[in-house]
Amino acid sequence: MPGPAPDERMRPEGRRNSQGIRVDPEAEVTHEPRQAVLSALVKHRPGVLSEVSGLFSRRQFNIESLTVGPTSEEDTARMTILIEEPEPGIEQAKKQLQKLVPVISVMELEPEAVRRELALIKVGGEKPDDVNAVAEMYGGQAVDASTDSVTVEITGSKQKIDAAVEAFRQFDVQEIVRTGAAALERGPKTLDKDD
Amino acid sequence: MSERASVPAEEEQTDEEPTEEQEPITTGAQSVVRALENAGAEYIFGVQGGAIMPVYDALYDSDITHVTMAHEQGASHAADAYGIVTGDPGVCFATSGPGATNLVTGIADASMDSDPMIALTGQVPTDFVGNDAFQETDTVGITQPITKESYFASHSDTVGNDVSEAFALADAGRQGPTLVDLPKDVTQGETDVEPAAPSTPDTYDVPEEADDEDVQEAADVLADADRPVVLAGGGVIKADASNALREFAMEYEIPVITTMPGIGSFPEDHELSLEWAGMHGTGYANMAITNTDCMLAIGTRFDDRLTGGVDSFAPDADIVHVDIDPAEISKNVYADYPLIGDARAVLRQLFDAMPRAPDVDEWREQCQDWKDEYPMSYEMPDDEPLKPQYVVETFSDVTPDDTIVCTGVGQHQMWASQFWEYTEPRTWVSSHGLGTMGYGVPAAIGAKLAAPDQEVVCFDGDGSFLMTVQGLSVAVRENLDITYVILNNEAVGMVRQWQDGFYEGRRMASEYPWIPQFDKLAEAFGARGFRLEEADDVEDTIQAARDYDGPSVIDAHIDPGENVFPMVPSGGDNGLFALEEDHLEML
Repeated sequence: MPGPAPDERMRPEGRRNSQGIRVDPEAEVTHEPRQAVLSALVKHRPGVLSEVSGLFSRRQFNIESLTVGPTSEEDTARMTILIEEPEPGIEQAKKQLQKLVPVISVMELEPEAVRRELALIKVGGEKPDDVNAVAEMYGGQAVDASTDSVTVEITGSKQKIDAAVEAFRQFDVQEIVRTGAAALERGPKTLDKDD
Repeated sequence: MSERASVPAEEEQTDEEPTEEQEPITTGAQSVVRALENAGAEYIFGVQGGAIMPVYDALYDSDITHVTMAHEQGASHAADAYGIVTGDPGVCFATSGPGATNLVTGIADASMDSDPMIALTGQVPTDFVGNDAFQETDTVGITQPITKESYFASHSDTVGNDVSEAFALADAGRQGPTLVDLPKDVTQGETDVEPAAPSTPDTYDVPEEADDEDVQEAADVLADADRPVVLAGGGVIKADASNALREFAMEYEIPVITTMPGIGSFPEDHELSLEWAGMHGTGYANMAITNTDCMLAIGTRFDDRLTGGVDSFAPDADIVHVDIDPAEISKNVYADYPLIGDARAVLRQLFDAMPRAPDVDEWREQCQDWKDEYPMSYEMPDDEPLKPQYVVETFSDVTPDDTIVCTGVGQHQMWASQFWEYTEPRTWVSSHGLGTMGYGVPAAIGAKLAAPDQEVVCFDGDGSFLMTVQGLSVAVRENLDITYVILNNEAVGMVRQWQDGFYEGRRMASEYPWIPQFDKLAEAFGARGFRLEEADDVEDTIQAARDYDGPSVIDAHIDPGENVFPMVPSGGDNGLFALEEDHLEML
């Protein structure tokens, strides 16, 4: 085909980064990933969890935890999703989530929102008193005990549970199970259906 | 777009003769069919099978025309094409298991191109679900990622509502496919509950107009631009906004580039048209899209085949992005001025908000220079070998403006989009996002039934045609006047082109020296077959095929070495499109 070759053509000065954002041609701009807590009200019906988790996996959103449970209304469940993404990804995740038909509303919680996780830790039954003492230090308690094992429950922020798990390593830890975060905004603000 | 859905439904109710009251329904299956009737469905493209038999039985008494397809993939592509041409959801049926999985390609295709479609699939009885029963497959699980929503019908009383809602959802907002999975006990079960009128789910918002202040801001930026372009995507056509686009662009004299799915949204013979941009777009469109300082992008998702590498895409441009789907805003390319709304409504808003026309005399001259510098052309030998571009161009010259062109996927698709002159919306029916070889044969069937008074031509490749050739039996049975043109280069040509360009000519599994004689194959199906080898015979062969009342197949043996240019290599810079093989090495 006729026409000037590629190297003979006029060229614009500008440049975009890999996220399609125009950038200063001289400076390298990258968006650092940050953690975001998304809270979503969804219809409480079969398949919702797989729809949401499928969305996150197929769009390659980096998901740290996802919890789901009923709310005060029978037909509604709430999901709390921790993701870690650079800025455009967080916005994109919210919009894609909002697009799913069973999703009623989505918001990103403030960084200072109340966030709680739960851990159950099963350790050997040799030193029940010591185990109890450590559990109390972290505001937890023993919830099951036998001659061979003690299971304690710890609730709190991720950092607190990380610290508790570390502390229990002095015992013979047999099993640990942790939930993801459940979170609510501080103050009177709520995630209403009208949002 | 939503108004289109409601029109047939309303007509159904208001035009009804009072004496012709509908029979009360007695089963879930009848409720399914009633929901489709209420929604205005004219055609169903489908294939029978065990789990969906109750629904077919209910169809026995319906006025909806069922077109029995030769393969479920064809059913979904035909429904997809019907949706593109009419703007209303096309309907396809399949049974459970393999029937449903065969539909999947067409559903994914509709999803990628936002084509309105509803798929209904049979399912094993509810009690058997999860038991790995005969012809059981998790259809909802498989199709959830490629539909706007997949419904599992749980009760005979509500199955009709599921279908009504799925139909409305397929049509509303950003169109796309929906699916309802129908367990046999649900469709066989008794019910007298009439389905509700089609309406979208209460969680589904359909934006109409964009925010006025945002529109004003965008209009001011456009008016101040020195080098503005409109980039019209498939959403312009989906929103029936082609007229609004024409009015806007012609009033303010802004050059218009389309995406591939946007072909037909703006007349390519207009002086403002730069035709389409992207990997195989025109040189002038790619120059303009690279050098623009302000882009009004409407109803496009900035697919990588359009943008090339985003780092070099329209790097100087403020981007005004109009889209009905908020999730498309800044997904691939950052939008400086997002306008969420229906394309037609927002174009009208922008029309009114423009403070003045931008001063673009110099820019339009520049665009014209590019048109002169990079004309779409090909080398024409005296006789053989036959050039595919010549076949397309000649066909385009003799057919009316409203002729519908369908294609498969590959080199032939690019030539059909480059060398045919498109002037009307809904005349270009192709598989863009998914790139489905085999789309053409069944798509032409759906297109012809959608527009029986318009001429339908399907350009296909030899590889693409072979993938769905069985659909020819349907075109023959339904006596559909379609002209299939196979641009036959005895290869999967686009792969062969890439192998030659990027894999040192190592032609692994891309050449088809054993392909059948398609003219004879066509005759075996009961269609008319033509073999075309010389340029001198092109006009007469096209005429003979068009004159034949029924499906005909022209097996055009083209130059096997012909490649598609211009070409922007995958992830490359649109402004550095190659015009010939040698240019690829410079990039």
